[in-house]
Amino acid sequence: MKTWRITLRLLGQDWRSGELYLLASALILTVAAITAVGFFTDRVESAMARQGGELIAADLALESATPLPADYREQADRLGLTTAGIVEFRSVVVGEGGPQLVQVKAVDTAYPLRGRLSVRDAFDAPDREVETGPPPGEVWVESRLLPLLGAALGDEVGLGESRLRMGAILSNEPDRGGALFALAPRVMLSQSDLAATGLITEASRAEHRLLVAGEAAAVERFKRAIEAGLPVNIDLIDGSTARPEFESAVDRASRFLHLATLVTLLVAGAAIVLASRRFVERQTDAVAVMRCLGAPNHLLMRVFMMRLVLFGLIASLVGCVLGWLGQLGLMSLLSEWFATDLPTPSLAPVVVGVATGLVALLGFALPPLFQLAQVSPLRALRRDLGAPRGSAILTVVGAASALALLIIWQADDFQLAWKLMAGVLGAVASLVITVLVLVRLAGGLAGRARGVWRLGLAALARRPSAAVLQISGLGLGILALLLLAVVRVDLLAAWQETLPEGAPNHFLINIQPQDVEPLGRFLREGGLGESAIYPMIRGRLVRINDREIVPSDYENPRAEQLASREFNLSQGADLQSDNRIVAGAWWSGADAAPEFSVEEGIAETLGIALGDEIAFLVSGREVSAPVTSLREVQWDSFNVNFFVISSPALLGSEPATYITSFYLPEERETLIPELVKRFPSVTLLDVDALLTQVRQVVDRGVLAVEYVFLFTLAAGILVMYAGIQASLEERRLEHGILRTLGTGRRALLTSLAVEFTAAGILAGALATIFAELTGWLLAEQLFGLTFSFNPMLWLIGVFGSGALIGIAGTLATYPLLIRPPLHTLRQAG
Amino acid sequence: MERLDLEIQAGEAVAILGASGSGKSTLLGLLAGLDSATSGEVWLCGQRVDDLDEDGRAALRSGRVGFVFQNFQLLPTLTARENVLLPLELTGTRDAARRADEALDRVGLTPRARHYPRQLSGGEQQRVAIARAYAPRPEVLFADEPTGNLDQVTGEHIIDLLLDLRSDAGAALVLVTHDPRLAERCDRRLHMTAGHLEQGS
Repeated sequence: MKTWRITLRLLGQDWRSGELYLLASALILTVAAITAVGFFTDRVESAMARQGGELIAADLALESATPLPADYREQADRLGLTTAGIVEFRSVVVGEGGPQLVQVKAVDTAYPLRGRLSVRDAFDAPDREVETGPPPGEVWVESRLLPLLGAALGDEVGLGESRLRMGAILSNEPDRGGALFALAPRVMLSQSDLAATGLITEASRAEHRLLVAGEAAAVERFKRAIEAGLPVNIDLIDGSTARPEFESAVDRASRFLHLATLVTLLVAGAAIVLASRRFVERQTDAVAVMRCLGAPNHLLMRVFMMRLVLFGLIASLVGCVLGWLGQLGLMSLLSEWFATDLPTPSLAPVVVGVATGLVALLGFALPPLFQLAQVSPLRALRRDLGAPRGSAILTVVGAASALALLIIWQADDFQLAWKLMAGVLGAVASLVITVLVLVRLAGGLAGRARGVWRLGLAALARRPSAAVLQISGLGLGILALLLLAVVRVDLLAAWQETLPEGAPNHFLINIQPQDVEPLGRFLREGGLGESAIYPMIRGRLVRINDREIVPSDYENPRAEQLASREFNLSQGADLQSDNRIVAGAWWSGADAAPEFSVEEGIAETLGIALGDEIAFLVSGREVSAPVTSLREVQWDSFNVNFFVISSPALLGSEPATYITSFYLPEERETLIPELVKRFPSVTLLDVDALLTQVRQVVDRGVLAVEYVFLFTLAAGILVMYAGIQASLEERRLEHGILRTLGTGRRALLTSLAVEFTAAGILAGALATIFAELTGWLLAEQLFGLTFSFNPMLWLIGVFGSGALIGIAGTLATYPLLIRPPLHTLRQAG
Repeated sequence: MERLDLEIQAGEAVAILGASGSGKSTLLGLLAGLDSATSGEVWLCGQRVDDLDEDGRAALRSGRVGFVFQNFQLLPTLTARENVLLPLELTGTRDAARRADEALDRVGLTPRARHYPRQLSGGEQQRVAIARAYAPRPEVLFADEPTGNLDQVTGEHIIDLLLDLRSDAGAALVLVTHDPRLAERCDRRLHMTAGHLEQGS
């Protein structure tokens, strides 16, 4: 009771007297950033997952070569989920012009659960969105089927034992992505017509899919419920991981977001350390007096602790409210980008926010607080005793463990967390050490300098621990600003460049060797530019070194799937421009020895190492060669890419079909019917819809990250303010004395300018080095992007920071120091 | 300190005089249990102080010992009234509010109760400090150069107040000063020179 009363009284007074403003701002900012990102990613990630879901027309799909047992559907129904069934198989339609191989898809009335289905009523009619698939008695067909059949819309075609009317051109089917490389054109019909065709019997080869969608939590429950007992012949496809292109973009977006939060946390953490040190220093006298008045140590510690926790709770809640508002602002900014309403966020971020606030405050502010326990009551009598020095080690340990906890928690990804943690600790340690050395150096310089220069430099060197904290804080602030100003722009630009305007939106596959030449000419003459046309050879992996490949040996389902299907192999003399060799070396020229180059991801999945001898079964013959390089491929670039490529010597003579991709601007869409007519055997795939979706994710992600970085910017400014304020108290007395001794205002001003500019240059130089390093590390290691060093960074970083801190510091402290000396001396007494 | 033997009775007013650096503040710190001596014994309010730890000494000081400092040492973030309340709340006194108001009234500062220290003059601040020292009704009051930062007239008032309150409460007063005119008004004067104590007249 007594403790509470004193706590509340002191807290109220702290607040009214403005002692806590800086600390509160730093804390509120941290919590606001974390909760805003928490709320936001909560909503966006589920929206993105849902958008990923559009690519399979559901949140979750079960796929099997045999009809799926009915109890999956029942289980989903019980959980309140909606379901739809699909059967997909190859067949032949018969029209006027003869039979044509097609990919048939029978859908029920609930299809699609996610995404949009659209049709056209004529070749040149606009797209029309529809809610469900074709009505009974009707089929919808892909446009390229019409010239192949020599038929028109409204004609009837034979499908098995039925005759169905071609009612519309199918222009967009959300889950087309899954069948991206299906060779035959699509024919869609209602599932109620399926039985009548007589095409599907127990024994026929077909793909049966059950689509499931609904509340995220229910979907998750369903997934967990069936996952364990899932037979090997049933595949589970998760909407959020359905497509590598999409997954990779979503993944980068959330990494960027979390990273932005962590940077904010780090910078605001520095502000909290600086602010709480200042707060504690200002409490020293009060503690000495209270001890004189007989307050026992444990009571004082309890009072301070409760004050801190109470304060932390209040500030965290304010931060949560701000975070919520910030998230709303962001949502209204982005709402038009999202086709569907975003799910309401959960309250989990509030818990995370408050906990973060408390952990940050305790980790960063508790060590300086402990030093209060060492205040001697004698200090009330003898001012010359000074404040006890905070333990630097305790401060570092406290801050580091708080950071570690928060980073691991926030990053939600252990590998990323450890990398970041190691990076942050390494950076902080080298920052502190470098500053210490530089401060010593400044001290040495001060010995040789004269007058105000000596004063300015000596001020830095006199209390190394304070200077180290101050410069490290300033350095972190500058680092945040540099990362924001330069590295962020470069990084985000590099990200957007993976999907430049004009990224390929059409694929042509099944190109016959004799068509390669004329097709290339056709594309060139059509104004579509020079597209590389790659040979594609089908082959199944049969051996790695002496080990026979048995798909079921692989535990990883993806590896098993890869090992059991045929690869699309290619051969060529030159490395594709968007591929990067990560191990080994690319062969030189067309006459290189037989070699393989393998994509690093698949190499890891299948257990292929550099130097292994691998063998493929190609048209009934085994071809083998050593793996001489591993490549990194940007799957989200939408260029044609291959898992495995050989040197021309190995597969150059194998029969191949060819593949190419190109960008077709909207105004040139008229080229398509002509292309289909002139090269009837070529299969055209339109990935524009998928591309648009991925690009939207990237653009949204960039915007979101920019927004979150606003918090970092605020934290950067705050930490610099705290850094400037940090030395104010100590200087007040000293300047009073100097003024008494007759030092002029001009000289004082100059010495302040010297000190702050020197601190700014030191902090700036360090920040620049770390900004470059961070940018490089992030780009190359975390995001797989190419980073180029930016010379402007040095100019801005070093001189900009010197000028900024020099001017801001001098302006901020000068007015406080030129008050009449007696006033200052009395106050410091 | 050398061969120091000193006894102060309840209700007695003692002045410790001496030049800067003669050790008077050190002696005060020892007497008040703020510091511990390397050898020898200190007894305060019938209890031996030098073998207590810091928290034990704090418990002894709490409510039974009052302090007045040269620099007033009011907490800048608390109002005059809250400063006076602080020691009462620390000891858990029941009618803290009433006693704080009485103490402020006694030093004539009721109208300034809601002011912060920086809004008060030096004399007013010292009067708040005296109210704070006397409010818990201590047995001993230690005053370290209480008039050191004040002009002469204000200083006289402060001394009057200290002595009057001492008589009211029946507490001992230990006053460190280098001003002989203040010392004159105490019952006993002790001179401190380089760690030696001479009993004065």
